[in-house]
Amino acid sequence: MSTEQEQASAPEATPPPPGRPALRLPAVRWRSAGILIPFVALFVALSIGSAPFFSTTNLLNIVDQQASTLVIAVAGTFVLISGGIDLSVGATYGLASVVFAEFAAHGWDPAFAILAAVLAGVLVGLANGIVSTVFRINSLIATLAMSFVVAGLASLVTSGNLVLVSNQGASQISTAQFLGVNMSTWVMLAVVVALGLLLARTTYGRYVYAAGGNAEAARFAGVRVNLVRVIAFALSGGAAALGGVLDSARVLSGNSTNNTTLTFTVVAGIVVGGTSILGGEGAVWRTVVGVLLIALIGNGYGLLSLNPLYEQITLGAIMILAVGVDAWSRQTRG
Amino acid sequence: MGRLAPSGRSSTGAALVELRDVSKRFGGVHALAGISLEIPAGTVHALVGENGAGKSTLAKIIAGAIPHDSGELLVDGRQVTLRSPREGLDLGIAMMAQELLVVPHLAVAQNVFLGVEPRRAGWVDRRALRRRYRELASRAGFSLDADRRVAGLRVAEQQQVEIMRALARDARLIVMDEPSQALAGADVERLHAIIRSLAAQGRTVLLVSHFLREVLELADTITVMRDGRIVRSAPAAQEDEASLIQAMLGRPLTSAYPPKLQVAPDAGVALRVRGLAARGVDNVSFDLHAGEILGLAGLVGAGRSELARAIFGADRRQGGTVELAGEPLSPRGPLASLRHGLAMVPESRRELGLLYSRSAVENVSLSSLRAHSRLGVVDRRSERAAAAELLSRVALTRAGGESIVGTLSGGNQQKVLFARMLMCRPRVLIADEPTRGVDVGAKRAIYDLLVALASEGTAILLISSEIEEILGLAQRVLVMRRGGIAAELEGDAISEPAILAAAFSDTSVRQAA
Repeated sequence: MSTEQEQASAPEATPPPPGRPALRLPAVRWRSAGILIPFVALFVALSIGSAPFFSTTNLLNIVDQQASTLVIAVAGTFVLISGGIDLSVGATYGLASVVFAEFAAHGWDPAFAILAAVLAGVLVGLANGIVSTVFRINSLIATLAMSFVVAGLASLVTSGNLVLVSNQGASQISTAQFLGVNMSTWVMLAVVVALGLLLARTTYGRYVYAAGGNAEAARFAGVRVNLVRVIAFALSGGAAALGGVLDSARVLSGNSTNNTTLTFTVVAGIVVGGTSILGGEGAVWRTVVGVLLIALIGNGYGLLSLNPLYEQITLGAIMILAVGVDAWSRQTRG
Repeated sequence: MGRLAPSGRSSTGAALVELRDVSKRFGGVHALAGISLEIPAGTVHALVGENGAGKSTLAKIIAGAIPHDSGELLVDGRQVTLRSPREGLDLGIAMMAQELLVVPHLAVAQNVFLGVEPRRAGWVDRRALRRRYRELASRAGFSLDADRRVAGLRVAEQQQVEIMRALARDARLIVMDEPSQALAGADVERLHAIIRSLAAQGRTVLLVSHFLREVLELADTITVMRDGRIVRSAPAAQEDEASLIQAMLGRPLTSAYPPKLQVAPDAGVALRVRGLAARGVDNVSFDLHAGEILGLAGLVGAGRSELARAIFGADRRQGGTVELAGEPLSPRGPLASLRHGLAMVPESRRELGLLYSRSAVENVSLSSLRAHSRLGVVDRRSERAAAAELLSRVALTRAGGESIVGTLSGGNQQKVLFARMLMCRPRVLIADEPTRGVDVGAKRAIYDLLVALASEGTAILLISSEIEEILGLAQRVLVMRRGGIAAELEGDAISEPAILAAAFSDTSVRQAA
């Protein structure tokens, strides 16, 4: 239903007087707003149904818990829109937490430890990008394989143990407070705003949409599709590393395990937000809403003390619904 | 619902399909408004009209590919509701869509009997399959080998597979949407012969076509559509090209082509190609002068698009050189070509041209975003202003720059693609089939644009399968055959027989296909 309204608004409102093409502001696209409806509904329902939900502490807590997931998912949005998928973020997250913890544990300046961890993530991303573009290996397979390599490397460094950080200063990265809000939330906000602007406002952002919407057409139009995709993977790798740093600074330890749950939560958040799994369409704000919607479901189950088994079922149903709506709207638009 | 007895086959005159006041809306737009039409059995019925007039929509409704919103659809006088092409098939209605729906990895016979394979105890009976295929092929007069893989067939042959598939299901009405668009030369003639023989066997053909000559030659009745309505439906004998065009446009079209310009005798060489070799291109050399429109004619598969792609840098060169205004162009891909002033409007706007889910403005500015950005940030105001100016120059009607390109008509999509190339300010423009799938009105707009560009000094390489287009626009013509240049024609030497002779001269051996 929402799609019909969108279609109706596009051609009807457009006829410009001949010779003077009217350039109007983008009409509200109903499909893009679709994801907000369940989000707002759930938010209102939880506010009514659970007294502790609508409190600054709880809301800030939700956001802070999602900080690393949001950072990773927002960068992963670039990969999906450009026509790929990154399944190695969970492993990169683990590798970065290990790199960060090792450097911090050995007395290096935390700033340097962060830099080293993010750099490692960017390198993983570059490798993902090059393997999936230059060597033309489907990114689903390429990044899945890469996740094993990366997780293996991380375990090699730690021999499978936790790396404890005794340097209390390192935890400041996540837990220091500014205006009553955790540093990890501020970092997340900075990343979301920066990447949101990068996608929506820059030439690179346009090329990302072009590469995923129709790679061959983009190439004919002079877009360096492979380069665009490699950069998207590098962003995703760097963000996965930053996420790993934020979380390991919070708990003051590095863990080399391949965090597959994180990988799938990230992909779920992006897709639930309405970014197309086929590429070419999506937005940063959608991913933010998608990730937070999933977080609200979890939070709600906790607050209402419902059986957490149903949480997963709900999440699965919502994902299928999201992807189904995307496929359906593509069809009706034909 | 079951299959109806094929009684309509012999009784010409009775309406096989009848529509009463059928309407269809896409969103708020009336694609079809109050269509009433009878298609008698055993006739060839043609639908003509500009792009966006509703021909394809009407054809798809009749075949069950899309449902209608209101009105009645009657088959054999009985009211039906078709929810899928399969239900159409059950009533004997088959559709040959613009994009052919064959399974590339299966053999010809398997494709023809897909879903209705002869079975024995649940297994496909291969021997019976082959026998039935032979019977069917000989009845239809086709000579395709049953075991050839469809992927290796030419478009014309794949169409034959689709036609046989319809016959294998005993289809009484075959809906063909632009069947000759992707064909050239002898294949078109063969298709026409097939359509005639289908009609002679008592089957009904609904033909959607842009080619008025084809329609006049084949159809018994021609229905002209405009803006989702039927303008008139009349026997073909009462129509000619001028009357059809007038009905389609709602006004007479004065001339199909703008007047030709003379190339200045001292015009410099804008594009020099020497010994170019690439996949499908064999040692091609030619010069293209500033302000010249050079036509590139030839059969489909002669290597015209391959040549264009090799010059533009979209495909790898295997040898030879390309010079732009005296400077060598290194084969580093489309981006390098665009930066040196060589632009290309590719053959297929869907596959190679446009981003269907983005706006017209974004599509136009894609190749020159750098000129409308500062430090990597797009200056939207400057982008929109520049795109708007170009869109008005290419006469993009009925839609603003914010429209999603996928919702525009074929002609308007092509104009968006032209606007993108104009924004690059090219010195040389390669236009590969610039008017394919474009309606009559938009065609003239594109011709005007090409001539205007040439008059400003742009050198244009025009590739077209429509010989009239080459005759109407080009000052000089190269005819390609088998990857090489078979002939160069200039001035009075340019004529349809001369082009055809050069294109076909040694094809008698291959004509059997």
